[in-house]
Amino acid sequence: CSWSEYSESIESRSKSCTSGSDPQQPKTLEAYVGFANLPNQVYRKSVKRGFEFTLMVVGESGLGKSTLINSLFLTDLYSPEYPGPSHRIKQTVQVEQSKVLIKEGGVQLLLTIVDTPGFGDAVDNSGCWKSVTDYIDSKFEDFLNAESRVNRRQMPDSRVHCCLYFIAPSGHGLKPLDTEFMKYLHEKVNIIPLIAKADTLTPEECQQFKRQIMKEIQENEIKIYEFPETEDEEEMKLVKKIKDRLPLAVVGSNTIIEVDGKRVRGRKYPWGVAEGESFKSEFVLFRNPLFIFRTHMQDLKDVTNNVHYENFRSGKLAAVTCNGMENKHNGQLTKSPLAQMEEERQENMGRIKKMEQEMENVFEMKVKEKLQKLRDSEAELQKRHDQMNRSILAQHRDLEEKRRQLEEEIATWETQQRILEQQKLETLKGGNKKKKIF
Amino acid sequence: MVEDEGEGARAVPLSGHVGFDSMPDQLVNKSVNHGFCFNILCVGETGLGKSTLMDTLFNTKFEGEPTQHNQPGVTLKSNTYELQESNVRLKLTMVNTVGFGDQINKEDSYKSIVEFIDAQFEAYLQEELKIKRTLHSYHDTRIHACLYFIAPTGHSLKSLDLVTMKKLDSKVNIIPIIAKSDAISKSELAKFKIKITSELVSNGVQIYQFPTDDESVAEINSTMNSHLPFAVVGSTEEVKIGNKMVKARQYPWGTVQVENENHCDFVKLREMLIRVNMEDLREQTHTRHYELYRRCKLEEMGFKDTDPDSKPFSLQETYEAKRNEFMGELQKKEEEMRQMFVQRVKEKEAELKEAEKELHEKFDRLKKLHQDEKKKLEEKKKALDDEVNTFKQKKTAAELLLNQAQQAGGSTTLKRDKERKN
Repeated sequence: CSWSEYSESIESRSKSCTSGSDPQQPKTLEAYVGFANLPNQVYRKSVKRGFEFTLMVVGESGLGKSTLINSLFLTDLYSPEYPGPSHRIKQTVQVEQSKVLIKEGGVQLLLTIVDTPGFGDAVDNSGCWKSVTDYIDSKFEDFLNAESRVNRRQMPDSRVHCCLYFIAPSGHGLKPLDTEFMKYLHEKVNIIPLIAKADTLTPEECQQFKRQIMKEIQENEIKIYEFPETEDEEEMKLVKKIKDRLPLAVVGSNTIIEVDGKRVRGRKYPWGVAEGESFKSEFVLFRNPLFIFRTHMQDLKDVTNNVHYENFRSGKLAAVTCNGMENKHNGQLTKSPLAQMEEERQENMGRIKKMEQEMENVFEMKVKEKLQKLRDSEAELQKRHDQMNRSILAQHRDLEEKRRQLEEEIATWETQQRILEQQKLETLKGGNKKKKIF
Repeated sequence: MVEDEGEGARAVPLSGHVGFDSMPDQLVNKSVNHGFCFNILCVGETGLGKSTLMDTLFNTKFEGEPTQHNQPGVTLKSNTYELQESNVRLKLTMVNTVGFGDQINKEDSYKSIVEFIDAQFEAYLQEELKIKRTLHSYHDTRIHACLYFIAPTGHSLKSLDLVTMKKLDSKVNIIPIIAKSDAISKSELAKFKIKITSELVSNGVQIYQFPTDDESVAEINSTMNSHLPFAVVGSTEEVKIGNKMVKARQYPWGTVQVENENHCDFVKLREMLIRVNMEDLREQTHTRHYELYRRCKLEEMGFKDTDPDSKPFSLQETYEAKRNEFMGELQKKEEEMRQMFVQRVKEKEAELKEAEKELHEKFDRLKKLHQDEKKKLEEKKKALDDEVNTFKQKKTAAELLLNQAQQAGGSTTLKRDKERKN
């Protein structure tokens, strides 16, 4: 539906909304507030901004890639002035991009078509997907670097949003090259496989071919782009229709033919004309073969951004921060590299602190030991000193005692002497007296 | 803008309807399915009617008690509500400043607000920098609009207002509003608005301007820009006017109808904030305020975009350089620590040696003292011994003398006795 219808429907629906009181349900408002207008605001801004889309086409030469691109956008993206890669000489697989600016209904789209000339054309094709994967990775890398800059400006999104893979209409199954290529690329880009030049297959052959291809895709565990489920019934019908018809069989045409008075794009054969109307049935989608763009362009971009790019980014960042170490990383991936480095730093700081603490402890212990020893020896020396003091004191006392004794003795003796002296004196006196008596 | 990146792109006309004009619709559908989120911060003094205004704006009663004036500091309370209008789901977060303007010293009032806003930016930045990230399902809590409530004094902005707005204008989209504007008369209001606008301009405060670059809304936005700041009245009570119930405040002298554009600018605020520019507010927050924060944060951490030779760094190089820097720092720190320890050990050893030396000296001195004492003792002993000897000699001499005397006396007595006998 168009924008005006859409906004009208919002206005009318909102005016009749009821008030809800269920706490589990989001609160429905009592009267019109107006944020139901948000989608319109988003619409307006997106139209102003314009859109970008990068489409890659891969397939062997001569499968009608350029023709399809032209008929896809109903314009001559490749023209005599701007020839497509098929008209140019190439030796190895190159990746070439052309940018066009197209406008429709006020909406501007910057479309980048990435072509891969030379794919699968060599005799030895091993590794021919390398230039393709390198290209995709380099676009992811550009985006990653732009996103990681300090000064970020408008980031142009040149990542590959969709890859149309052309399968040659052999009628048998996938070639080894096909499976190899898809296995290398299914985790980097949304792959939509197509059967090219489907007007060379009968409807039955086509149906069988499709079944075989899908079987092989499943067996090889290749993840092609999954059209998302949606609540809209109309859309769901369309999605189911596409899913049943994968891979889509396409026929492209550069020429406009007149059929039943109408001018259509078609291919004229001697046996008839292959064009849109006759292929309206189940197996071939011709006119607007990729009407999926009407409904799924945004989703293709979202899957590229949310899944493929994020895978690339987490792989790249994990490699940077872990430097190839494999262990202990399940928990680490939920952090940013900066946070991780911060953590590492904290860990190391913690380690250093612990070391510091240990050294401190050892130091303290040693110092304590030494001090203790010192104290012990001090105590020892003090004890001896005290001992000596005591012994000296004792000796002093001894001496005092002896002196005292001596003095006592002297005193006694002196007293004795004096007595003796006196006795002597008296004896002498008495002797004299005796003499006198005679 | 797409045109800027179209280097080498040539415009090609289409010859039929391809169908990519549905891309905006696809984008809108995706957004609607995903749901929207919007975060409003209400800054203003207690009692200016912030909660009432929010209730009025969103036509619903959000929970909460009116706060008191006795808060010690400014805290931020946030509540998230899930609202729905037709098929649009909105996760609305309202953050209220509790206690703003209540303190005596209001110097630090703005700080908790700035910290809160920065914390939301930081959370987003951390998510964005994770290795395994889920940005598309991340609940964005960054503040998209800050409604600054100005008290209806009628004179001018308070200095607290100017200071706070100046601190916030580079971090968030500020929409100043005059609260409880039914307290101001029409003429005063016009003067008040002019005064406020001129004060904001002269102080260099950048308030949010409604964008005028999109033709479809340029006119209405520029008209509204000239009505800033909006003078609003909030009310959840309904009054019967004519035959309708309208939100109003009933005074004895009349009724102020909230949704009457002659009475107040409420309708303008609702129009601008919600119906016309909600998406632009979100965009500005993401592309201007958040980027500024991110840039400052990364520069603070030492990240640069180009090395001295002006060649751009790749992400890998930047991270490795950062990591090497950290490692280098750590090693240096380790070294320093070791050195410090070695130093300390040396010092301590020297100290202990000193102490030991002192101890030995002390005891040497003591020893010497002892020896002196001993010597003295010896001398004393010798003296005593000498005295003993002297005494002994004296004694011996005296005894000898006595003996001699006795012997002589005895012999004398004997002689006399002999003489007598004879």
